Amino acid sequence: MASDEVKVIGAWASPFVMRPRIALNLKSVPYEFVQETFGAKSELLLKSNPVHKKIPVLIHADKPVCESNIIVEYVDETWSASGPSMLPSTPYDRAIARFWAAYIDEKWFPSLKSILKAEGEEEKKAVLAQVEEGNALLEKAFIDCSKGKPFFNGEHIGYLDIAFGCFLAWLRVTELAGGHKLIDEVKTPSLSKWAERFCNDPAVKPVMPETATLAEFAKKIFAKPTA
Amino acid sequence: MAEEVILLDYWASMFGMRTRIALEEKGVKYEYREEDLSNKSSLLLEMNPIHKKIPVLIHNGKPICESIIQVQYIDEVWPHTNPILPADPFQRAQARFWSDYIDKKTGGPCKALQRETGEKQEAAKMEFIEVLKTLDSELGDKSFFGGNEFRLVDIAFIGFYSWFRTYEVVGNFSIVAEFPKLIAWAERCLKRESVAKVLPDSDKVLKSVSDYRKKILGIN
Repeated sequence: MASDEVKVIGAWASPFVMRPRIALNLKSVPYEFVQETFGAKSELLLKSNPVHKKIPVLIHADKPVCESNIIVEYVDETWSASGPSMLPSTPYDRAIARFWAAYIDEKWFPSLKSILKAEGEEEKKAVLAQVEEGNALLEKAFIDCSKGKPFFNGEHIGYLDIAFGCFLAWLRVTELAGGHKLIDEVKTPSLSKWAERFCNDPAVKPVMPETATLAEFAKKIFAKPTA
Repeated sequence: MAEEVILLDYWASMFGMRTRIALEEKGVKYEYREEDLSNKSSLLLEMNPIHKKIPVLIHNGKPICESIIQVQYIDEVWPHTNPILPADPFQRAQARFWSDYIDKKTGGPCKALQRETGEKQEAAKMEFIEVLKTLDSELGDKSFFGGNEFRLVDIAFIGFYSWFRTYEVVGNFSIVAEFPKLIAWAERCLKRESVAKVLPDSDKVLKSVSDYRKKILGIN
């Protein structure tokens, strides 16, 4: 393998895997995308991430980097000269970006996932309320972080845009399945416009799955066994 | 402009200890405010409305939440003394990975070790032992997790040392006997002024948890 070759071990449907791919695209770094088979873990994955055995893994010059948000920071720091910084310039704004990225992973995404798994109207209502509460917080966070610019990170897509934006395809699938809008012009006007900008960005478009394709995939993996 | 640094914290929190150690390492003067976790202050609820948890670092009126985020913030604001993150991007990624590992894997088992009995506690103990084995292996023959230098991962984990005696007693097992390398590492860390100043007495932690188990949970 060439000394500076880059590989990403992942899967097309995983929002976490999208994060390093978007970051590499933003820095114009070519990489080989090594796809895992759904339901099985390759030797390479187990060797590269023995602790968590999860995707994504970035392998750069034979060295593995694990955990999607950590990989994004690594890409930003390693190829710092190849594109605008993905994190804000002040320590305080960086702390805020990291805070919201952690919130998205620990609270927001788990509640989004629960919508697809919710059984019965009561449970569905409860998790929907949780997600909407989270979206309201993120709408405000966007206004505070973007300071009038197009992205959380300002002029250019950055760490927090990627951390949140990677879930947009799954969010659309969830909206379709539930017949309920989660991010729209009425409830979350700023996020709604940001989402469109994000999804249309040339660094994002090639790696964001089509909603219809993802919806088919979701049906398969969330298929409930018949009684 | 005069720097105003306030830390809302709880004396026995291994997370709060991280932030305190980082501030001490950098020689930053700060005001420590003890929180009663059963009666949280209005300042805490105002500064961390989403999680309502300690530690909260307030720098010139602006709150920073989450201990590893606080430690990185402190390193970036006061970069010239005792660097906490390494300079190399790959080393930085490794440091962040292991701090994240500690956060992800200790929360559940440590809470259960303190609060449960019987099977639930046994399961938590086994989980925690697995974490110690993994960290022991990661430490290897190095003096510190950071290599030759005391850095982020050391700061992330050293607070747990003040809880080892508590886990040993409530879980009925010996960390000292099973993990001598980790104990040696902890003792090395304790030679640092920041750590010696910040870590509470292990017996004090044990007493507080034993009292809690007796009075609140009714466990003897």
